[in-house]
Order: sequence, then C-alpha cells, then structure tokens
Amino acid sequence: MVVPSDTVVDLSRWQFAATALYHFLFVPLTLGLSFILAAMETVYVTTGRVIYKDMARFWSKLFAINFALGVATGLTMEFEFGTNWSFYSHYVGDIFGAPLAIEGLMAFFMESTFVGLMLFGWDRLGKAGHLAVTFLVALGSNLSALWILVANGFMQDPVGAAFNPVSQRMELLSFFDLLFSHDAQSKFVHTSIAGYVTGAMFVVTISAWYLSKGRHVEIARRSLRMGALFGVFSVIGVITLGDALGFVAGSAQPTKLAAMEGMWETEPAPAPLKLIAFPSDREQRNLGPTVELPGVAGILITHSLDKELPGIKELEQRAAGRIRNGIPGLLALQRFRANPDDLAALATVKEHEADLGYAMLLLRYAPDLSRATEAQIARAARDTIPPVWATFWSFRLMIGLAFLMLIYLIAMATYSLSKQCVAQNFLLKFSIWLLPAPFLASELGWLTAELGRQPWTVYERLPTWISASTHSTGYMIFSLLGFTLIYLVFIIIEMFLMVKFVRQGPGQHDPVSHGGGGMHPVLSQPVLQREE
Amino acid sequence: MELYVAMKVLWWLLLGVLLMGLAIMVGMDMGVGTILRYVGRTDGERRVAINIIGPHWDGNQVWFILGGGAIFAAWPVIYATAFSGLYVVMLLLLWTMIIRPVGFEYRSKLPSATWRNAWDWGLFVSGLVPMVVFGAAIGNTLQGFPYHFEWNMASVYSGSFLALFNPFAILCGLLSVSLSVYMGAAMVMNRSEGALYERCRRVLVLAGPLALVLFSIGGIWVAFLQGYSLSGATPGADANPLDPHVVVQLSRGAWFANYRALPALWLLPLLTYAGIGMGTLAGRAGRSHLAWWLGALAWIGVLGTVGAAMFPFMMPSSSNPAQSLTVWNASSSEHTLIWMTLWTAVFVPAILAYTSWAFWVMRGKVRTEQVEGDDHAY
Repeated sequence: MVVPSDTVVDLSRWQFAATALYHFLFVPLTLGLSFILAAMETVYVTTGRVIYKDMARFWSKLFAINFALGVATGLTMEFEFGTNWSFYSHYVGDIFGAPLAIEGLMAFFMESTFVGLMLFGWDRLGKAGHLAVTFLVALGSNLSALWILVANGFMQDPVGAAFNPVSQRMELLSFFDLLFSHDAQSKFVHTSIAGYVTGAMFVVTISAWYLSKGRHVEIARRSLRMGALFGVFSVIGVITLGDALGFVAGSAQPTKLAAMEGMWETEPAPAPLKLIAFPSDREQRNLGPTVELPGVAGILITHSLDKELPGIKELEQRAAGRIRNGIPGLLALQRFRANPDDLAALATVKEHEADLGYAMLLLRYAPDLSRATEAQIARAARDTIPPVWATFWSFRLMIGLAFLMLIYLIAMATYSLSKQCVAQNFLLKFSIWLLPAPFLASELGWLTAELGRQPWTVYERLPTWISASTHSTGYMIFSLLGFTLIYLVFIIIEMFLMVKFVRQGPGQHDPVSHGGGGMHPVLSQPVLQREE
Repeated sequence: MELYVAMKVLWWLLLGVLLMGLAIMVGMDMGVGTILRYVGRTDGERRVAINIIGPHWDGNQVWFILGGGAIFAAWPVIYATAFSGLYVVMLLLLWTMIIRPVGFEYRSKLPSATWRNAWDWGLFVSGLVPMVVFGAAIGNTLQGFPYHFEWNMASVYSGSFLALFNPFAILCGLLSVSLSVYMGAAMVMNRSEGALYERCRRVLVLAGPLALVLFSIGGIWVAFLQGYSLSGATPGADANPLDPHVVVQLSRGAWFANYRALPALWLLPLLTYAGIGMGTLAGRAGRSHLAWWLGALAWIGVLGTVGAAMFPFMMPSSSNPAQSLTVWNASSSEHTLIWMTLWTAVFVPAILAYTSWAFWVMRGKVRTEQVEGDDHAY
C-alpha cells in the first residue's frame, strides 16, 4: 500500500497550518469591520451627517487593503484540501465538500459581487441602495464563516454521516445534523464574534492613536465610541460563547478537552481548573507547581457538580481498546474491497465501523494489521493524545488576551462616553500596542481547536497521517518555499500599505486636518460617471 | 431513469455550466490582464482598463471558486485525484492567481512608476498563465492522466510535470488564451473610448480568427488521438472506480463516437464557429456588446464540444483505463447531490440576477480623469 512518508505528513501539516493561520489573519477583520462600516453608514443615512460617510469611506479603504489578501489567501485554502490532503478529500468529500460549495453559492458570491459596488458605487447608487450593498457585504462575509465552520464542525464532531464500504468513503446521511451540529453552531458564533472584536479593536486602537496625536479628531472620536461600544458587547459574547464551545468539546472531544485542561489523571468531580501548569508530553504529567481553582473546570465544562471528566491516561487506555476493536473491521474491509460478493466481510465491517479510524492509526506502525503487536497498539494509542503543552497554553493565552481586551474596551467605552474623547488619557498612547491582541487571540483559538483535534483530521474517524497526499519530499519543500516567498512578499506589502494609509488618515477630506471647523468640503467627486 | 442517475447527469451538466461561467467571466478579466500592457500605453489608459473590470473581478472570480467547490462537493474523487496528481500545475495556477486580487487592489495605491509597472507585469502573468493552464488541463483530460487507485482509494499519480505541457495541451492552452483575450478586449471596448478602444478592437479582430484556427486544428488532432470507450458500468451504482465489471477500451477516434450516435451534437462546434465568426465581424464594426455575447456563446460551444465528446468520461486514466473516473463512478452520494441541487436551484438564479444588476449599475464609459479623481479607484 502506498502511504505518505512521515516527513511528507509533517511538511503537509506545517504547510496547511501556516497557510490557514496566515489566511486567518485577514478573515476576522473582514468579518468585524464590514459590520462596523455598515453601522457607520447607517448613521450617515439615517441622520444625514456627512462625517459618518467620511468615516465609512476612510475605514473602507483599510478594509479593502485587508480584503484583497483575505481573498487571495482563501484561494489557497480551497486548493489545499485537494492538493495536499487527497485521501481526506476523497474519504469525506461527500460531506465536507457540500458546505464549501454552498459557501460559494450563497455567501462568497454575494460578498464579492457587492464589495465591488461598495467600493466603486458611492456615486452610482442612492444612499439607501449603497447602504443595502454594504450590509450585503457584511452578511455575505458572515455567512461565509457559517459554512466554513459547518465544514470544520464536521472535522471536530462527524455527525450526520456513515461509512460506505462500496465507495470506500463516508457519506452524508442527514444534512440537518451536519448544519446544526453543536460544534459548528457554537463555533460559528464564537468565531464571527471574535471577528467583531477584531474589527472593534482595529477601529478603537487606530482612532485612539489619532486622538493621542490630536489628528483627525472628529472622525477619530466618533469611530472610537462606535468601535468601543460594539467591542464591549462583542468581547462579552466571545467569552460566553467560548464557554459554550468548551461545553460542546467536553462531550464530543474528550481528548481535546483533557489536553486543554492539562488533565493527565481522572479527577473526582467537579474537577479543578488549572490556571497555570507546565504539562510535559513526554513524561505525561505536569512538571513543577500548578495553580488550581477547585471545582471550576468541572462546573464550567459539564455545567454540573457530579459529572466526571476523564483524564488523558484513562482516555489512552480506552483508545487502545478501540484500536483492538477496529482491527478486524479494517481487515474485513480489505477482503470486501477485493471481493464485493464477500457478505460476511461486509457484515464485519459494519459491526466495527465506529472504530475503523482507530485501526487506521495503527496502520502507521503495523502495515500488516493481522500481525500487530501490543507494543504497536500502545504506540498508536499514545498518538490519540493531542500535544498537551501547546494546546494547554494556546488556550490560556487566548483567554488571557480576551480578558485583557475586555478590560481595555470597557475602559475605552467609559472614556468615550464620559469624557467625550476630549481629554488626553494615558490609554490613548498605549492603545496601538494592543492592536495585535485580537489577531493573536484568533490565531491561538485556531491552534487550540485544531491542535486539540489531533491526531485526527476527522475526529475518531480519519487519522491525520493517512489523510495526506503521497507526494515526494521534494515537492513539499518546493511548495513550502514558494508559499513562504510569496506570502512574505505579500505581508510586507500589505503592512506597508496599511501603515501608510493609517498614517495618512482620512486625508484631505477631513475637515479638522484642514482647520475647516464644522464645514465639510464636498467629498465625492463625480467619478466613474455614467455616460448618458 | 433512476433518480441517482439523473442527479449524476444533472451535476455533470452543472459542472459544465460552472466551467463555462468560469471561462467567460474569469477568462474575460484574465484577458484584460494579458493585453493590459499592450492596449494601455499610458498609466491613465491602463487604469481605465483595470477600472472597467475593477468592480467585477472579485465577483467573477467566484465562478472559479465555485467551480472548485462544486468539484469537491459533487465529484470529490476527481477533486482529490486531479488536485494532488497535478500538484505543480495546481501550484502554478494558484500562485499566479493569487497575484491578481492583490495586483488590482494595490497597483494604484502608490504613484511610483516602477511599482505600477511591476504590478502590470503581475497582472499579465496572472492573466496569461491560468488561462494556459485551464486550456492545457482540458487538453490533457482528452488524452488521459497517468494515475491509479490503491484498494483503499488512495490515488497514485505516476506522470511528470513537464509531460503535461505536450503539444496538444499547449494548443488547447493557446486556444483558451486567445478566447480570453477576445473577451477581455470586447469588455474593455464596451466601456472605453479613444486609443484604448482602438487597440482593443485590433486585438479582438486578431484573437477571434486565431481562436477559430486553433479550434479547427484541435478538432482534427482529436480525430487522431486515442479516445476512450466504456462498457460494463452500472450508472445507478454507488460511486466505486474500482468496480471489477467495468471495461474501458482505447481506440483512435473514439472521442467522435457520441457525435456518430447523435449527430445533433455537431451543433456545438458549429456554435463555436458561428459565435467567433460573427463576433469578430461585430467587433470590427464596433458592436462590442454583441461581440462579447457572441464570444460567450463561442466558449459555450468550445466546452460543450469537449464535454459531448467525452461523456461519460470525466478524467480518463491512461495508465489504468478501467479505473477512469466517469459520470457513473465519481460522483457524490445521491443524498448529497439532491441537497446540492436544492441549494443551486435557489442561489444560481439569484447570483445571475445580482451579477447582472452590478454590471448594470456600473455601466457606461470610464475615463482617465474620472479614475484619477477617485481615491477608491484601482
């Protein structure tokens, strides 16, 4: 049997993680900023105050710079399942492909068509028409997130599907189960609200920077207030939904949860929450001192006082049992594939269906399953534990950043409401240093979710190692170098333009920078005028 | 006919529609990229050309994304096999394509001539290369790809990267480029005037006949290619490319078998000739909107001609023909196809409606001084 080499699997994982994390630098800002643009424009349309139109136009320029790279790097994601994870694509494409295609049909088409009108159509559309277009961009980008996370939800908790031995893949049984998967739904809300936090932090920190320099005051203080209020509600939402997600993971993905909590042993309910610990994946214990809050993890995750949370070592033992149970299933599948009339083999496959994925884990160490040793089974069982150290700390850093942003945004909201943004404040100077926080938190959230899912691409159904395409190491080095080079050039250009246009500010249209007081010059040149 | 068989055929047709949408809409934008440096001699002219497609390229590109998504959802094994087997080609396609969004958005953000010139080359590459690859991919599909499957459906590709650029594939690539250039030129003509307009007209009048010549040579060439013919398949069965009852035979001229069985199919190549022939005349006479629509019909003719020749083959295997991927053995499950059909029935009409509206809103000529006065323009 041809399988990808360990090196190729590792390089494929690095490539996917790097390109996905890179893509995810741009997505949350699009999700959040699109709604903030819509909010600013709504104020403009309902009150007729032109400054809100200037705000929308200024922030939409930065939106466009970010959006271009989001679109460009999103293309990579669509290619990569096929190019680098071909076994995966065949094995679950029947289910996983559908939400991706629907995303294109329903959401991305809408977002992309209307973003052109949003940026180019100021003078072509009436006020209400343009506002509707802006809302459709925001709606489209958020619906995109929904379908992408429905697809991702299937990887975390494969509901609504079953294995078909004839086509040798998993097939969709219930579209509703797929769409309303608890993981997908709570993660969609968590992720899109994380995007709103990102949009809010972007607007607030940059506006605060203008205020600290005394530049573009009129636009900056209004932007800051809108951003801060939107941000406070969003960050509270993101934390609440994060808790819901933990609850979902607790039942669907016990290994991820145990890794997030650094729980090596099963502890009596309700389990304590480890604030600080130093998990060692090699020694399977927490090194050094541990700071714990008694009972908190059990209550947060199970929403009860008496439900036990299984520890990593216990989960590893259970996995070994499932591997043993999967072996006859996978062997029977091989017989059935060779001879489609072997109904006895088919019955055996059906009986062991739930554990076929576990047997595939073992395939890595025992290519001939009929001669697998206990040592090989133990090795495969050890693989079912995700990287604990990395999952534990990604999770904690993400939460730490969320609370930091909560405090900051509450402070800024209070400042913008009580002081009307006229007084100088030490927070203004310090603000710009917090701009990376939401981006970092999003990346850490992705890491927690996807590292915690390991060693599976589809939880308990399909191992990561067998999902990869069987490329040569040379091909993988070639593609990694290419991506590194192109993405590096892109990010340098993007950051350069972003910084340039932030520094430049709302430009000549801003009345304050011209000392024009309340008067406002006519902003919109009749550009791209239609010919009669 | 069983529902599942009907669904498979429907999704074969829908994939064709998406590929046509991709070729017409993305091809047009890429054609503009390809001819940009020739038809636009000044920065102002180039900006006009870019801004003509500026409000639409992103929406148009979704035809490409949707094409990929539909292959993944409706033909997952083709997505898996083709994308991984053609690794280097796919990277070439991807890396050139991702220059485009960035190129459009960032090109005119700085006044430096070097900066803009570099992005113009970027737009040229990201217009030309993907269209060559698109055509070459179709050319290679007609010849079959060297791949086979293991018992567990892991696909193994045994061909080389360079073998994909064989003479027939290059011919198809050039055909695809000339049609995309034709469409790009027609689009710029629709919304420009003066020297830019005149140069585009010259390009269109050259690209049209060139496409016809390449299409004709391609047709004769296919008659001498080894075509594939299928027997023993069960159209309504669960998708299984390893079905032992399937027999695939190769013979010269077999790609014409469908045309012999159903002569009405000759209307498809005829549509190509009529579309390009009349379109070129219309373009020369300055009727660029008509030329654009006739060019779109020609694309439908070209892709329809290939599809009709190959049915039910979708991705033939040259190294293990019995494992060739066909309409019958490569689709998603019935359940998935039904759901996808429902979503498509709702959203494709909506997409066509709002895309048309977007073009209507942005209609009319674009002028240099307008572009230069707008800080949102590309």
